[in-house]
Amino acid sequence: MRSYFLKRLLLIFPTLFGISVVSFLIIHLAPGDPAGIKIEEEQRSGNQLLAAQIINETRALYGLDEPLLVQYRRWLKRIATLDFGYSLRDHRPVMDKLKERIPVSIKLNGISLLLAYMLSVPLGIYAAARQHTILERLTTVLLFALYSLPPFWVATMAIVYLGGGDFWNVFPVYGLQSSGSQNWPWWQQLQDQAWHLVLPVTCMTYYTLAVLSRYMRTGMLETIRQDFIRTARAKGLSERLVLYRHALRNSMIPMITLLADVLPALIGGSIVIETLFSIPGMGFLSYEAVFSRDYPLLMGIFTLSAFLTLTGILISDFLYTLVDPRIAYEKRAA
Amino acid sequence: MKNERPERYRQILARQFRNNRIAMAGFVVVVTLFGIGAGADFIANDKPLVMRYQGRIYFPVVKDYAVWLRISRWDRQFQNVGFKEFARGNFKQGDWAQFPPVPYSPTEVNLSEPLRRPSERHFFGTDDIGRDVASRIVHGARVSLSVGFVAVSIYALIGLFIGAIAGYYGGVLDIIASRLIEIMLTIPTFFLIITVVAFLPQSIFNIMVVIGITNWPTVARLTRGEFLKAKSLEYVVAARAMGATDGRTIFRHVLPNALAPVFVAATFGVASAILIESTLSFLGFGVPPSTASWGSILSNARQLLPSAWWLTAFPGLAIFLTVTSYNLVGEGLRDATDPRLRR
Repeated sequence: MRSYFLKRLLLIFPTLFGISVVSFLIIHLAPGDPAGIKIEEEQRSGNQLLAAQIINETRALYGLDEPLLVQYRRWLKRIATLDFGYSLRDHRPVMDKLKERIPVSIKLNGISLLLAYMLSVPLGIYAAARQHTILERLTTVLLFALYSLPPFWVATMAIVYLGGGDFWNVFPVYGLQSSGSQNWPWWQQLQDQAWHLVLPVTCMTYYTLAVLSRYMRTGMLETIRQDFIRTARAKGLSERLVLYRHALRNSMIPMITLLADVLPALIGGSIVIETLFSIPGMGFLSYEAVFSRDYPLLMGIFTLSAFLTLTGILISDFLYTLVDPRIAYEKRAA
Repeated sequence: MKNERPERYRQILARQFRNNRIAMAGFVVVVTLFGIGAGADFIANDKPLVMRYQGRIYFPVVKDYAVWLRISRWDRQFQNVGFKEFARGNFKQGDWAQFPPVPYSPTEVNLSEPLRRPSERHFFGTDDIGRDVASRIVHGARVSLSVGFVAVSIYALIGLFIGAIAGYYGGVLDIIASRLIEIMLTIPTFFLIITVVAFLPQSIFNIMVVIGITNWPTVARLTRGEFLKAKSLEYVVAARAMGATDGRTIFRHVLPNALAPVFVAATFGVASAILIESTLSFLGFGVPPSTASWGSILSNARQLLPSAWWLTAFPGLAIFLTVTSYNLVGEGLRDATDPRLRR
């Protein structure tokens, strides 16, 4: 068991190395003059001063006129020390800007993930217990439809029709708290924040929920067809016991591995939701960074989001071994 | 007993798929959408399909293709003229023009008709500068479907190649490929895409390539698994014993057997690529603003809500319908390849 953990931990290093190479490649995407092409458009459109400034600062930051290997060493050092330079826009250190934003995104993603899991598990159990009933079919169809609805469209609709004041002004649609709420008593602050979270969290969660519940459903349906379930029923156990004690635990295992698939999508998806709801998280920051061609900031966000995902995947891997000890003893494929 | 040969795998799949009515419905919608995308110029255009002028018959829409291919030129009298004004000004008795069902081009601005509600003149209404929404949606289908199709083809090819080599040869190659797959899976795809897009000029082509080169790991993982399984099976051993080269074994023997799960994944992949494209265009990072894409129509509509509901409802519906259909087809294919569900 311990040797497995150790091996898994050591495997982070090639992955980290890979992340550094991929991000390094991105900086060099523009052929010829690095960090150039996009800026040429701006030069043509007359924004020459800004464009020249972006080129010069980017070149100086990454040492783009030095040999490739030196450049890469510089970039590696930046990643290792988490020093991504200064934002081109307001000249604050990238890390300072990120430090303010990361907790917001983690909070949003965490709540959304927790909700999605808490809802998809009972939905899966329900599907297994009441398969082929009308209500079960309806739920399945509904979840399938949710799976195909673009989150940005749902969020736009929610903002227009449930907040903003043109139809129903039920929910706030801007930021995570009301302005001036810092002076309120704590319970009011909490209520205020929760109220602000309703729409963005719903818009973030429904998609993850749709994905997870489908897997949970198939997992449960597959499990209850297996021999040990028949045995449990044959022993005369109550349906409740069969479902909760025997079936549920076994179908939970793939749900944990799914975390590794869901997490990157969720973190990436928060770009849309944070931008639409003006939530000051990493997603919104990256949206602004793309618009202002703030390359140092963009690279910082990119690297850190990869680190965050890696951490999430590691946690899910460890959980996996805890739930299913067989994994640690077998030689794991991939 | 006409058919003596046992049913081929492909035929079994086709039969299974056809029996699935919901999946077939999705398939019909997808085919229809492809028809709309391919024939967009014949469905929504500001040029007439057929017209008669001074005793001669013209086919301006077809002619437009010929001009574009540089094998023909516009007659001088039609050069740089809008056909609608031309018809109004120059048509005499006996002249006529048959316009497509939606007689507007996706980029045709008409400032005298901004934000019109859906009506007989404009089926899906017009946007803030008087462009016909129906026409933009019809032409947007072309963008969405081609992005979905091309992007997925790119990553399916990359994934098949890497997965096949890793699974077939094993050893160092497998270790490298597996690491590569894990690295790519660790990076949040959407962040990767918008970071790359920020460095590149805006174009449909770049979007396709970016989605293509960031999404291959899922396919590679699947293919690798299939190759690992197949490697020790008898038919592969037999092929090798008969002296088949590696290339022949991989492409002729193993690959056709490994394709089914990749095909299923690719179908779902098209749905998600369409979602990614529309999201990018919605955020303003996707296709250039003048190009009609479902995402860009929605992005444009955002500022005009809630009064102009038709600007969000129709493109939203179009995306939903397309993505659902692809997902239904994917679902149907998956069920068809699942031997446990065989009927």
